Amino acid sequence: MVTLEKRPSPSRFWSAATPVVAVALTMLAGGVMFALLGKNPAEAIRTIFWDPLFGEFAWYLRGQLLVKAGPLILIAIGLSLGFRAGIWNIGAEGQYIMGAIFGASVGLAVFPTDNRLIFPAMIIAGAFGGWLWGMIPAILKTRFNTNEILVSLMLVYVAEKILSKAALGFLRNPEGAGFPGSRNFNSYPAAANPELIAGTGMHWGVVMAFIAVIFAYILLQRHILGFQIKLAGQAPRAARFHGVNPQRMVVLCLGISGACAGLAGVFEVTGPAGQISIDFNVGYGFTAIIVAFLGRLNPVGILLAGLLMALTYIGGEMASTNLGLPAAAIQAFQGMLLFFLLAVDVMTNYRIRLFTKGAA
Amino acid sequence: MTATDRPPLLAVQGVTKAYPGVVANADVSFSVGAGEIHALLGENGAGKSTLVKMIYGLVKPDSGTMTLRGAAYAPSEPRAARASGVAMVFQHFSLFEALDVAENVALGMENPPPMRELAGRIRQVSQDYGLPLDPGRKVGDLSAGERQRVEIVRCLLQDPKLLIMDEPTSVLTPQEVEILFKTLRQLASEGTAILYISHKLEEIRSLCDAATILRRGRVVATCTPRDKTAREMAEMMVGAVLSPPERGARRDWPATAPALQVTNLSAASPIPFGTSLKSISFSVGRGQVLGIAGVAGNGQDELMLALSGELRTAPGMVQSFGVALGAKGPNTRRRAGFVAAPEDRLGHAAAPDMSLVENALLTGAIRKGLTRNGFIDWAATRDFAERVIKAYDVRTPGSGVAARALSGGNLQKFVIGRELSQSPDVILINQPTWGVDASAAAAIRQAILDRAADGAAVVVISQDLDELLEIADSFAVLNGGRLSVPRPVQGLTIDEIGLMMGGAHGMEVAHGHA
Amino acid sequence: MMEFCGINPAVLVASLMVASVPILLAAIGELVVEKSGVLNLGVEGMMIMGAICGFITAVSTGSPLLGFLGGAAGGAVLSLMFAFLTQVLLANQVATGLALTLFGLGLSSLMGQGYNGIKPPLTEALNFGPLSDIPVLGRILFSHDWVVYASVAIIAAVWAVLKYTRTGLILRAVGENHDAAHALGYKVGLVRLLAILFGGALAGMGGAYLSLVRVPQWTDGITAGAGWIALAIVVFASWKPWRVLIGGYLFGGISVLQLNLQACGSRIPVEYLSMSPYLITILVLVIMSSGRGRAALNAPASLGQSFHASR
Repeated sequence: MVTLEKRPSPSRFWSAATPVVAVALTMLAGGVMFALLGKNPAEAIRTIFWDPLFGEFAWYLRGQLLVKAGPLILIAIGLSLGFRAGIWNIGAEGQYIMGAIFGASVGLAVFPTDNRLIFPAMIIAGAFGGWLWGMIPAILKTRFNTNEILVSLMLVYVAEKILSKAALGFLRNPEGAGFPGSRNFNSYPAAANPELIAGTGMHWGVVMAFIAVIFAYILLQRHILGFQIKLAGQAPRAARFHGVNPQRMVVLCLGISGACAGLAGVFEVTGPAGQISIDFNVGYGFTAIIVAFLGRLNPVGILLAGLLMALTYIGGEMASTNLGLPAAAIQAFQGMLLFFLLAVDVMTNYRIRLFTKGAA
Repeated sequence: MTATDRPPLLAVQGVTKAYPGVVANADVSFSVGAGEIHALLGENGAGKSTLVKMIYGLVKPDSGTMTLRGAAYAPSEPRAARASGVAMVFQHFSLFEALDVAENVALGMENPPPMRELAGRIRQVSQDYGLPLDPGRKVGDLSAGERQRVEIVRCLLQDPKLLIMDEPTSVLTPQEVEILFKTLRQLASEGTAILYISHKLEEIRSLCDAATILRRGRVVATCTPRDKTAREMAEMMVGAVLSPPERGARRDWPATAPALQVTNLSAASPIPFGTSLKSISFSVGRGQVLGIAGVAGNGQDELMLALSGELRTAPGMVQSFGVALGAKGPNTRRRAGFVAAPEDRLGHAAAPDMSLVENALLTGAIRKGLTRNGFIDWAATRDFAERVIKAYDVRTPGSGVAARALSGGNLQKFVIGRELSQSPDVILINQPTWGVDASAAAAIRQAILDRAADGAAVVVISQDLDELLEIADSFAVLNGGRLSVPRPVQGLTIDEIGLMMGGAHGMEVAHGHA
Repeated sequence: MMEFCGINPAVLVASLMVASVPILLAAIGELVVEKSGVLNLGVEGMMIMGAICGFITAVSTGSPLLGFLGGAAGGAVLSLMFAFLTQVLLANQVATGLALTLFGLGLSSLMGQGYNGIKPPLTEALNFGPLSDIPVLGRILFSHDWVVYASVAIIAAVWAVLKYTRTGLILRAVGENHDAAHALGYKVGLVRLLAILFGGALAGMGGAYLSLVRVPQWTDGITAGAGWIALAIVVFASWKPWRVLIGGYLFGGISVLQLNLQACGSRIPVEYLSMSPYLITILVLVIMSSGRGRAALNAPASLGQSFHASR
């Protein structure tokens, strides 16, 4: 008989090992899935995980890695603080959209003025937009005790409707011959977020993501606020005893995660995406949830997890063009990863014991 | 007739149960006869609970056998135990607050009759045994004593042959205890065997026919309680000679505003099914210890929250040396000299999954200066944690282990030590020695008295009357969210205290008919 | 009666009854799950798995009835994964629920490759004979397919079971205090597993209704947040079965109304109309949650907590 036995202290070894085990198991299960789809599993796995880094087109794809990983890491860092505190913002996708719309609106409002303050102003507006969208569930939770999970999620749908209104209406390019979508920021240098070092994919958003990782690391390791965030999530009553104001914690965490998602949005719209369009959002806000967990809510872990998840995006696209693997397979693959992670995570807090019945 | 003359109803032979790292029961044997009230006596952690859980089918023994009414008995689950005529009244964890009395009773029965019929039978049985209950009321709205009646009635409806009672009197007033004992004696005279778990020696002397004493999982003695003194039994239970705490010489402190002054403190309870505080007033000066007694659930937790700052009130309701603190949070109060140790150690006073170092930071950050501009000085924090561990004899492999890895008693020592090591002016403690073995309890009481001798004002909330009478200078009772006027401890009798605690909540009348 | 934008109110009521079936089924299933003390946030994922499994089954067998069974099976299988993770491996319920949704959205889209643009077999309205010719009432009460009536019957059954039966009592007890239920010898894990399966099956059936009747075809992301709205309805209903019906019809009404307003060229922009169900969900959550947490007081006390039997 197999039983679980709670460990006296969480295992440090398993805490670090679970993401690796989960990735390995996901590759196995993913291979089975690819085989069921009639693809050679080894080839598919190689196309997704190996070729983007070391294959024929690696010189281009490696740059794409940072482009995809930047927003994922930035959003996941923000989310991880809330998740640690037991505050579940799952509406980062909406905050990401609103950040992009706010930032883009500032830039487009002053088009075609040239001023070096325009780009910083857009960034601030983007962070503000995301923060504002995160504040809605925060205020409703603190004032009315409303569930932040449901509210933040509902606001994703609302943000998507606003996005389509922006792309078709108030932000539409007046010179775009009636096509949906805003002006392209790549042809408006004062508001553009260009690649900083050619071929690396490094843009200001990626820089921001790295800064966020360092900032979060120091916060959680060294600062009393980081301690309070962890405490609020692990033992809410002990946190109140310590002196944490739970309401302030909600506002803080949803505010930070909203602003991070908003930043990711505005860096994306001014750089890699270039414009506000109906399909501007591609699910980074949701994938970032997986990234945050895969990184075990640890800033360095999130950095690695973000890069890995970016790899599956790029590899998935390659597998789609080269092997005809459906794009949805990658989405299922990512979801599977979170499943395995949560499953293996049991090892951190519990020991698995095999009982052989004695002659009692 | 003495216990040994009766045919054994339940016999336990050589039962052993081990958990990783702990042997909960080692080769335990004893027997209970029909109509006998048999005490299982031991300190916390002596293995009483594991033993009765095996009898009730919640835990399977590793080895050993049991017989019930002459037949082999090995219940695989509580259902089987109940079917064999074994019933159990739990100390806690077995009622459902949001459900009504009848539903709670039905859940403890194998084949409950339809609800309407069951309600009638509950009324009948509860009247017969002097335990009045309204089957339609929500359990969450009942007092602790009434909740216990639900548990007992649930057992009685099944006509048990053996009734197990786990620490039944910890939630009762002295008068309620007397009524419960009448009920139990009535049951015993009808032939029901009762296995009675307690560490309260006087109760066992007045109630029980025989006692089996456990220490560290082993049977160390059996005796007839009436033939022994409480002190003799305590020493068998603890395995050592006990001495009462010493009080430091009383000093006169310069006249100031009281270290803690509470004036007309009223607050709604933030806890579901909690008790609101209703205009509580008292004051405690330097060097004084105020003991607050009361049956659990009469506002103790709420009072603690309001004093520690977790629950905020109007500014003037809580003052220290003339400074209004009622509207301030825990950290401002710590700066003003307050320390607090809530009842629930794991989850409230300490974070279970965090290390002892982190748990030292939890309340020590301010008074021990463990942060600078918000940045944590981990070296100083570790040092503080280790000093507490050393000074209070906390048994742990190190300061890096999680709080949940410590035994209840050791964690309590850590929590109390952490607070008392912060040179406090005002000390607030709820249940200082709950779940702690006798020698550690004595050490904790001594440490509290030492701080008082250093000039701290102390408020101790406890359900252990003996403890309060031992360390407090003045004594008050919390009942239904109201606090009685504090009285000097000297000259108080148990009967007076019982009446202060609200008597028997109308149970006497019912017993008159029985 | 007044004509509203060229639409008969009786037709409106009849169509809101149809529109609300998916969320009604998902919500009453989730209510049972939450009553047992488990918070399964994967309703959206289970619904969409039900939608595609039901669609595939119905298209390949030609039988809508088998389609609904297939949908229920799809939702139940996914919920089994949730049960395994949260009940056996004691994973965090919130995170696992999210994983369920993310995985379900991906897997359904994968399974749905090649099913875009196909028409499923028709689920016909029941024949009530002359009853359906009664003015107004006939249209409202006697013009629907069997699932509409089944959804109401299931709600009634859940209500009766929870209120009057021992099964219901045990379910509520497990959700209120799992430690006490365990101490009395009830199998907490098993009760929760069955509740989760029931919730998954109903969510799946609700999803199948979307792809087989409501839309009726397969498109990626067909649920569009219906699962989340179902979760909100459980809160709205304060965990009371009949209020799920009220909540469901309210939301059904809003979505039908906004569609009608769009169709008859209202001056309110389409985007604002189509975000109204989500905004109203938020509004309702606010109303139900405020007032000193009345809804929260009604919530099962062990909701969302893992249970591990210690010594």
